[in-house]
Amino acid sequence: MIAVFLHHIMILPIILPLITGAALLFVNERRKLLKAALALAAAGCLIVIAAILVYQAADLAPRADVYHLGGWAPPFGIVLALDRLSAVFLLMAALICFCALLYATAHWGRQGAHFYSFSQFFLAGVNGAFLTGDIFNLFVFFEVMLTASYALLMHGSGLARVRAGAHYVVINLVASACFLIGAACIYGSAGTLNMADLAAKTAQMPADSLLICHIGMGILGIAFLIKAGLWPLCFWVSATYSAASAPVAALFSVTGKVGFYAALRLSLLLLPAGAGMRAALCQILFCGGIITLLFGFIGVLAAQSLPRMAANFMLVSSGTVFAAIGLDYPALVGAALYYILSSTFAVSAFFLLVEPVERSQDAAANVLAVTMEVYGLDEEEEEDEIGFYIPATLAILGACFALCAILLIGMPPLSGFIAKFMMIIGVFRPQEPAQAAVLPSASAWLFILMLALAGFAQLIALTRAGIRIFWAPLETAVPKVQISEIIPIAALLGFCLTLTIAAEPAMRYLDSMSAELRAPAHYIRSVLGSAAEKGKNGG
Amino acid sequence: MEVILSLGIGVFAASGIWLILRPRTFQVIMGLSLLSYAVNLFIFSMGRLKPDAAPILNTDKPINPAAYTDPVPQSLVLTAIVIGFAATALFLVILLALRGLSGSDHVNGREPR
Repeated sequence: MIAVFLHHIMILPIILPLITGAALLFVNERRKLLKAALALAAAGCLIVIAAILVYQAADLAPRADVYHLGGWAPPFGIVLALDRLSAVFLLMAALICFCALLYATAHWGRQGAHFYSFSQFFLAGVNGAFLTGDIFNLFVFFEVMLTASYALLMHGSGLARVRAGAHYVVINLVASACFLIGAACIYGSAGTLNMADLAAKTAQMPADSLLICHIGMGILGIAFLIKAGLWPLCFWVSATYSAASAPVAALFSVTGKVGFYAALRLSLLLLPAGAGMRAALCQILFCGGIITLLFGFIGVLAAQSLPRMAANFMLVSSGTVFAAIGLDYPALVGAALYYILSSTFAVSAFFLLVEPVERSQDAAANVLAVTMEVYGLDEEEEEDEIGFYIPATLAILGACFALCAILLIGMPPLSGFIAKFMMIIGVFRPQEPAQAAVLPSASAWLFILMLALAGFAQLIALTRAGIRIFWAPLETAVPKVQISEIIPIAALLGFCLTLTIAAEPAMRYLDSMSAELRAPAHYIRSVLGSAAEKGKNGG
Repeated sequence: MEVILSLGIGVFAASGIWLILRPRTFQVIMGLSLLSYAVNLFIFSMGRLKPDAAPILNTDKPINPAAYTDPVPQSLVLTAIVIGFAATALFLVILLALRGLSGSDHVNGREPR
């Protein structure tokens, strides 16, 4: 009974936000508090569900839990598949979404219509992309996520946002076209779109259709890498992220991870270790990752404003993970995933932190004024804002800023350091006992060098910004920051702290996940094999 | 038929890409529509071209799979059309907002000097 219940929990990360988002549409816009409470309750439930799924995925490992939508058996029916990789990403998305929503209750939730509904639809798309086991279904969930993100990006309006939004929409529509072309090529050559079935079929495919299948995967990969922001597909990132409002930018830090997740999942499933095209793919990912890293940290140094700097931290983070994955060392996958968790929490905390910090400066106030003009908000609306303002604002903001900086730079003692340390250790750890004497390759040294350089560049940029903001004599008034704005930032930093303290169990989880990912036979068997025992579990 | 279809896809895609690279928002949206037509035709063609064959099984008679065309690309194309249509409509609204806020129909929201 319990097992059946746990099995059916898997569908909740998709339908719970969908239902909540739809229900919120019927709540009057004036009842902001009720809307916020409902959205927060749903996001809170999702955290619990995702935590249960993390444990459940570990229980079932190395098998994946497979959910037959509508009771149709694969390869014809669409399945959801839950393994440790998807569970961890689900938990990360739920935590960040909760924090962003809590942050939005203070201020941004009132700046336009339907913010909470869109954020729920966004979450439904993200969760669906993490869970689905079918390429076309992945496309659908990508589109759900993107359509919500178009609206979220323009939340708060203003010329800068609409202009960035128009560019973002065009880029993503072209990316969707690439996605469809890739999916069609794969279907045309393999006759299936189920990921597990595809992995089984590509293993014994004649050379000419395998070529078309690989071309399809390449075109599909372009769509994923645009989302993940890999150079040269990353030029939209800093414009878009710095134009978005603070909670939306924090939510968007998940979007890039969806692209990364899809690229990782499909590359490990369809091009397992030893496959001919794997070396070429890894080379592309490695070179792209290193250049993204370079581009990102130059961007961090050159950034004139904090939001732009935060957007470039996103690029540094995605460049690092792609370079690490591209090196194709077994020990690096777990470390790279740990780095993703740590850096995503830190970057979204930074996105949230930027806005209160900049509130004392004029630029942010101007943007806010434009927003209010567009929506015709009066001053009296201002007084309507309920909430408690925190004391000792600058001290608390400064402490959060310093913690973010330590995490992003990768200085001891927090999780950013552990992540970088483990990635470097992973390079030196031999792949097989026989290779113990072999020194890391030139590309591995390049990776370590870039990691160190990026840390140094971030150190310079963040120190400069910190001095300018917190140590320079204040000409303007101390910013007023509400408790509901500072709690999410503290919570995100707290997650990083938890990751630091629980580094050992977290790494054990992630390492066994990477072992699972490198041996996709279990995943394939649990999706395809469970077709026979379909009636037992139901769907 | 194959030649006509592939020529059609090619012309649609080429004109679509050219239009997307143009500076005016109306050209961009036309380009996106043309590109999505090309993509839809491409998905459709991936189920192999088969004239005079239905994608829906007729269960009255004994079923001969060779007499039917592949239904999966047709359903995929239907989904893609719906999603693409919705996204294009949304984009149109954004372009109108951009035009309203900036007073220019240039994609960057200001006239080049």
